[in-house]
Amino acid sequence: MIDATLHSKAHADTGEALLELRFVARADRLKLIRGSIRSTALMCGFDDEAAQNIVLAIDEACQNIIMHGYGKGIEGAVILTLFRRNGGILVHLRDFARPVDPAKVKPRDLTDIRPGQLGSHFIREIMDTVRFGPSPNSKGNLLEMTKRIGGPQ
Amino acid sequence: MTKLESHVSDPSIVHLQGSVDLEHAPDVRKQLLAAVALGRNVLVDLSAATYIDSSGIACLVEALQKARGIGHELSLVAISMQARRVLELARLDMVFLIHDDLAAAAAAGA
Repeated sequence: MIDATLHSKAHADTGEALLELRFVARADRLKLIRGSIRSTALMCGFDDEAAQNIVLAIDEACQNIIMHGYGKGIEGAVILTLFRRNGGILVHLRDFARPVDPAKVKPRDLTDIRPGQLGSHFIREIMDTVRFGPSPNSKGNLLEMTKRIGGPQ
Repeated sequence: MTKLESHVSDPSIVHLQGSVDLEHAPDVRKQLLAAVALGRNVLVDLSAATYIDSSGIACLVEALQKARGIGHELSLVAISMQARRVLELARLDMVFLIHDDLAAAAAAGA
């Protein structure tokens, strides 16, 4: 199930919430959200290449929740909120899985050519800032990412 | 969605279509490894692939390593800008042989 809610009010800390999606942590749901993320990034003023990169970063973060947060066979909830803020985008990605040690969500050495574990590297390469930790005021985890227009690609 | 095209002559061709992502990675991996197991060079045609993520890249890397391990090559054909960008992010754009199209791959003897 996918639930979209638009908010037009701006908030001092987070900016204007352009899109909120609540969906089940399943691989076949990711294609449902990719188009909405791209459209929102374009609305924020990113060019097409940057918008595609943001789609990839958020997609990879959702994969981490599916594969490592909830784990195989557990279809928990994920809430994605995208804000337009300070000439860029702010991403909040919440899950309700068990707390994950941020130290364990690290990109690996790319000189070691082998399959897997590239997602965290993509996220940190694409986004300007990445913060991950327990979700405040509730159980689960919160991933917060930002990207400025014209920032490094 | 994937399709394995295998002829008697070298190489085998795997056509990947649509999203090469977490959802489809198990099928993609199965097809790529089946193509490698035929014991020939493999061309992976990405001309109809609209999106690729780390799961798709992982399938390609695994198949590449298995192909090279038995003395063959796995090359990518007609990759999109999005796929090229993902390969660059993974520092893999210099690891794979990449051809503009199947004719160029044939001309290169891939």
